[in-house]
Amino acid sequence: MKFTGTDSYIATDDLKLAINSAVILGRPLLIKGEPGTGKTMLAEEVARALDKPLFQWHVKSTTKAQQGLYEYDAVSRLRDSQLGDARVHDIANYIVKGKLWEAFDSDRQAVLLIDEVDKADVEFPNDLLRELDRMEFYVYETRQLVQAKNRPVIIITSNNEKELPDAFLRRCFFHFISFPDRETLEQIVHVHYPCIATALVKEALEVFLGVREIPGLKKKPSTSELLDWLKILLAEQVSPEALQKAGRERQIPPLHGALLKNEQDLQLFQTPSRRAGAGYRV
Amino acid sequence: MLIDFFLKLKRAGIPVTLMEFLTLLEALEKRLVFGSAEEFYYLARLSLVKDETNFDKFDRVFMEYFRGASYQSCDLIGGIPEEWLRKLQEKLLSEEEKRQIKAMGGLDKLLETLKKRYEEQKERHQGGSKWIGTGGTSPFGAYGYNPEGIRIGQADSRHQRAVKVWDKREFRDLDGSVELGTRNLKLALRRLRTFAREGAAQELDLPDTIRATAGNAGFLDIRMIPERHNKVKVLLFLDVGGSMDPHVEVCEQLFSAARSEFKHLEYFYFHNCVYEGVWRDNRRRFDQRLATLDLIHQFGPDYKLIFVGDATMGPYEINWPGGSVEHENVEPGSTWIRRLLEQYPHAAWLNPVPEQQWRYTRSIAAIRQLVGNRMFPMTMAGLNQAVELLNK
Repeated sequence: MKFTGTDSYIATDDLKLAINSAVILGRPLLIKGEPGTGKTMLAEEVARALDKPLFQWHVKSTTKAQQGLYEYDAVSRLRDSQLGDARVHDIANYIVKGKLWEAFDSDRQAVLLIDEVDKADVEFPNDLLRELDRMEFYVYETRQLVQAKNRPVIIITSNNEKELPDAFLRRCFFHFISFPDRETLEQIVHVHYPCIATALVKEALEVFLGVREIPGLKKKPSTSELLDWLKILLAEQVSPEALQKAGRERQIPPLHGALLKNEQDLQLFQTPSRRAGAGYRV
Repeated sequence: MLIDFFLKLKRAGIPVTLMEFLTLLEALEKRLVFGSAEEFYYLARLSLVKDETNFDKFDRVFMEYFRGASYQSCDLIGGIPEEWLRKLQEKLLSEEEKRQIKAMGGLDKLLETLKKRYEEQKERHQGGSKWIGTGGTSPFGAYGYNPEGIRIGQADSRHQRAVKVWDKREFRDLDGSVELGTRNLKLALRRLRTFAREGAAQELDLPDTIRATAGNAGFLDIRMIPERHNKVKVLLFLDVGGSMDPHVEVCEQLFSAARSEFKHLEYFYFHNCVYEGVWRDNRRRFDQRLATLDLIHQFGPDYKLIFVGDATMGPYEINWPGGSVEHENVEPGSTWIRRLLEQYPHAAWLNPVPEQQWRYTRSIAAIRQLVGNRMFPMTMAGLNQAVELLNK
């Protein structure tokens, strides 16, 4: 079964190929790209399209690789021992499965999302090398080898905050989601708002791409922000003409709060002649 | 057959490994792609390149290697009838340009030379001033600057969709050697932060203590971990005014990125060269100066020193007392720079002027010598080098 995008997710040809390669060859797929280009969404959509169970592991700065495998809940065991619970004698009662284990354990091939892998400590990816490569790991407490019943489809996203180690990269496929071009954007808007008027989309995209073009912007609005903005435009019933006028006169677009989320960016737009940095000029 | 391609990638400086190459072969064997150059391109990139900063390099190698395979339009002389070029000449060239062509010996001569060069030339070429290619000043090729030029190649190859994808080279912006934007700048600066836990164990590690105690069947086992702290302190000296004006924007980006990255960041402005006084507020630069000497006393040698400036000025501004364009300086700028460098052994100078142009400016060479060759271009690669050096 091949992934070809879904009714709510437009995938470009190279992205489809990336997913299908990862599925067929059983390699993890590392996804990078601008924020808001649908990196996290991808795993959900792949799971839905291929009808596989999805396991999500959201990584934080304190996350350890071990937590994805399993955790030994020593505190519960300590408490149980004080209470004289009979369970205390079997250490296996206190082994809590992590997301990776759950995915390995799944009877059908699963999709595992390791979200924002770059948030964690630099050692995090290194600690997962063997697990991702051989799809197995060892539980020391119970002397048990856990092997994947079916190699899960692993999708890893990164926001580029840290560099990932080479050994880790070697084991992954790598795909970079570029910012979509106008055609793809139109398709994306269409799947999300099928009933929207073409004229409005055209003008909104014009304004949106115009905003992205402004030099010196701290945070360029992304696809997800475009969708939010369109939703408000629809709710407020803004006319295409109003958008066109704003675009032509380089005014601040209506309901800009959805697009520009930074005070400095807003200022940049209000006074396009005074570019960032002018303040430091003598 | 792909081994040459693999070696070419390696030679281009893309960190490909044998394992990744084998993965690509495995994928080909499983017929993941079949008969489409574009799909093959995506698959090869997917399995061999793991960093978007290398995409552009990959595109170039791919273009070069597979030119023979799918870039038949390269056979330009056979491909473009001579009449077309003649017609083009009549249509597009002004009288002025026609005269210039005559200077080369007329269109016939130009075409003849083109043919000859084309035969001499074995490989695709870009830049330079003689060969046929793109972006150069040779009269032959596209995107060039020679008014006598003949534009070839581009329009023709654009019809072939397969060639198009990598010929567009849309990842050029992400290449590590181009100038910085805010995005890649933040990334590089982040490397300055050293996150390593270091020093003696001094913090109670509660979860580990609980774990160890429980593992010990209830006997208290106290665990300590070293305190995590961000030890990077930075003094940033920014050049403003005068010759820096075109670079002010880049500087401001560096500045804004830097500000959010460090806890201990002190920034100061100077004009062209550092003298006995610097300032923090550009509007009050004349009445609120800080003595450089006070600054040296105030901030310890564990601070890292970063200058940002184009180092483009008159040589006297560096070497002579009274050489400053703004005020009467008692001691020359070089003395002050040396003093700062003595106090702060970890130092680097970032220069927004492209590296290729450094040798044309005497003062850049002088400053470079002063800072002990620790001058880096303000590109991702340059910043990486600087950060690496500062972290040593």
